[in-house]
Amino acid sequence: MGKFRIELSLQPKTTSILFLSLVSIVLAFLCSSLIFWFYRVSPWEAYTVFFQGAFGSWYALSETFKRMIPLLLVGVGLSLSFRAQVLNIGAEGQILLGAIAASWVALFSGVPPFLMLPFMFILGFLAGAGWALVPAVLKVRFAVNEVLSSLMLNYVAFNVVLYLIGGPWKGKGVRGFTYTDTFPEAGWLGTIGGTRVPYFTLVVGLLVAVMGYFFLKKATLGFELRIVGSSPKTAQLLGVSEGRITLLVMFLSGGLAGFAGVGEVAGIHHLLRHPSHISLGYGYTGIIVAWLARANPLATIVTAFLFGALISGGDALKVSLGIPFQVVSVLNGLILLFLISTEILSRYRIVWSSSGGVEN
Amino acid sequence: MGIPMIEIAFRSITKRFPSHIVANDRVSFEVEKGTVYALLGENGAGKSTLMNILYGLLQPDEGEIFLRGKPQKISSPKEAIALGIGMVHQHFRLINTHTVCENVILGLRSVPFFFPAKKAQLEVRALSEKYGLRVDPKTRIWQLSAGEKQKVEILKALYRKAEILILDEPTAVLTPQEVEELFRTLKVMKEEGKTCIFITHKLNEVMAIADRVTVMRQGKVVNTLSPSSTSPEELARMMVDKPVLSVAPKKNVSSRVVLELQDVWAIGDKDLPALLDVTLTVRAGEIVGVAGVAGNGQRELAEVIVGLRKVKRGRIFLEGTDITALSPREIAALGVAYVPEERNIGLIGEMSIAENLMLRGYAEPPFSQGFWVNWNKAEAYSERLISHYQIHPPLMEMPVRLLSGGNRQRVILARELERKPKLVIAANPTAGLDVRGVEAIHELLVKAQEDGAGVLLISGDLDELLKLSNRIVVFFRGEVVGNLEKERWTEEDRRNIGLMMGGVRV
Repeated sequence: MGKFRIELSLQPKTTSILFLSLVSIVLAFLCSSLIFWFYRVSPWEAYTVFFQGAFGSWYALSETFKRMIPLLLVGVGLSLSFRAQVLNIGAEGQILLGAIAASWVALFSGVPPFLMLPFMFILGFLAGAGWALVPAVLKVRFAVNEVLSSLMLNYVAFNVVLYLIGGPWKGKGVRGFTYTDTFPEAGWLGTIGGTRVPYFTLVVGLLVAVMGYFFLKKATLGFELRIVGSSPKTAQLLGVSEGRITLLVMFLSGGLAGFAGVGEVAGIHHLLRHPSHISLGYGYTGIIVAWLARANPLATIVTAFLFGALISGGDALKVSLGIPFQVVSVLNGLILLFLISTEILSRYRIVWSSSGGVEN
Repeated sequence: MGIPMIEIAFRSITKRFPSHIVANDRVSFEVEKGTVYALLGENGAGKSTLMNILYGLLQPDEGEIFLRGKPQKISSPKEAIALGIGMVHQHFRLINTHTVCENVILGLRSVPFFFPAKKAQLEVRALSEKYGLRVDPKTRIWQLSAGEKQKVEILKALYRKAEILILDEPTAVLTPQEVEELFRTLKVMKEEGKTCIFITHKLNEVMAIADRVTVMRQGKVVNTLSPSSTSPEELARMMVDKPVLSVAPKKNVSSRVVLELQDVWAIGDKDLPALLDVTLTVRAGEIVGVAGVAGNGQRELAEVIVGLRKVKRGRIFLEGTDITALSPREIAALGVAYVPEERNIGLIGEMSIAENLMLRGYAEPPFSQGFWVNWNKAEAYSERLISHYQIHPPLMEMPVRLLSGGNRQRVILARELERKPKLVIAANPTAGLDVRGVEAIHELLVKAQEDGAGVLLISGDLDELLKLSNRIVVFFRGEVVGNLEKERWTEEDRRNIGLMMGGVRV
């Protein structure tokens, strides 16, 4: 008979973190079977539909990738800000600001067609970044908690979009619907043949993840960012400005969220529409994406893919089984819950001793 | 009568911790009733582990404890208290916003729901008078000094009818006068037939108060003997396996002034004046010791010099340059090294040894190359520092939070001293280190002094200051109350400085 004991290990291993992340996801799925049961759907069937919808075909996979792009862009940005202990919860609003800026460029700016997409992305980035700088400046100047201020601005952005699409920007040919006119084709992003996956934002997302990783690891500024994030007092002693880093990470994370917003309207919708259609909670899910990746930009590639799959699987559940899409939010919440509660376990390890006796 | 009664007997106690650390290895000894028993050893020798086992906080893997002749399993502090065992931890477990009396009775069954402290007041007062533990039962804990808090902890144990009192490094936070008071209390307890075990690594305390001493090293008992039959030197040899070489500071100090504070005033964290009109100089090649009970302005002194705290009035000069209004980074760049008292400020726990060694140099060439840090050069540099300063384990990827206290201090000193500073500010650089670690740090400080740096050594350990300093300034409530320069320090100096630390002008 084998005997085991549990030891406290000083440093959590990467493998145990991966294992526990997987366990959390499995547990979240098991718990959610309760919901399927309420809808009188066998959990097994639901899981099958879910996995078919996320990975089952080329089409399913492309849908997963489509969802992954904004999550990746947002996740990388949030990883940077979380590493600096700046808690930007406002990515959802920053995405919408990017979408608004891009729509303005496409519909009203009158820039020549060949400049349209570049302008949309640049202005979208700046709009998201600017929106994020509001809580950043409030934090640096007046010590306002950025969690609250950035979160509140999400609702403001949401209503700004609603106002625009129902009022001044309401499309001429849309009758009773509330959305803008369709963008001119110069404002459409090319997609990978036969799918709805814009390749430009996908490539940028992957690139940004890699760049973010090296920025944190090798760059002077990245080192300062980590110093501020690990110990503000040490930063003060070394003369690293916490305020400057706060502004920087808010600018970058907000900008990347804005960029993601441009990608959504230019690549998929081709118009500005109801905010909950532009972003399926990418700004919030991005928080989990960054968290699950332990704020490592490179790891967000994996986690963003995972949550992309979660969303497209949830879509399939809705279409095939009539289960509301909100189930995905429940799943997200459960995964986060299990992740946080298994965090402590990553510090333990199980040691098996074969003989069962006490060695001497 | 006549035959000594054995109060506690440890029989072959073994305790293992993860990562194959054996904290206690078949520890056996006996403690007689009505004695003061010292447990002597370096940090990590297993003293605290053993006492935590006695107090029920830890369970031994093997072995037994006999209490008054009977084998006893003690599975929690609650059981320990019921068996008449009390413990005063190194870090006090008191509630700051409550009164002394409330803290003493907290958690007891017999406490009434309304006006809980009323009835106990008299008893607490009686106890405190009997044992010479003078504290007012109605005072709130936050108003007390460290020494007074310790008295409250002892009162707590006595109120719970402790027959055995465990004290974990009780003198670490006390002034010399308070140490004497504590020893008087222990003597009264002894006369009452109570048994005290205290953990220490200070030899003079063992010689002064203990009836018997057990020396531990690396989890094992080295010897058990009476202090009267031995010498401090012999005890020191038992405690560390090879004799400790003491460093003595250089006695010829140059006349060149490195640091000068002129009438400096500063405000503390609680918005009260923390430095009052402080004037102070440090010359090149001089170690100036700053003595004082913790919280008398020493921390603020270090902070104003390195630029972390604003100077309200007065000026600070470094080799004639006015640095009063400069930023911490500018002051560091002018050649000021700083070893802060709070270790988690000097180092970043999650970062690797290499990264921590880079905390000062990363922004300057050759390590900084514009946007990027040249980590290849940084690693070569770290490699050299790790071997030169004997940082163990020599793994530059290792997060510093996994290092021992001594090695963490070596990392800080390596980073700070390698920049050939003109001035070194070291705040309690050896607190909590074992004998070997302390020696290593002392050697480094003396080395810096020999290289011509001025050293301002802030320490709560008077013995350390007397050993290293060319000059000692004494702080009390933010003021310099004494400034002594000596070739050799005598026992009388020690007593005088002790008095000054307590606010008595000599």
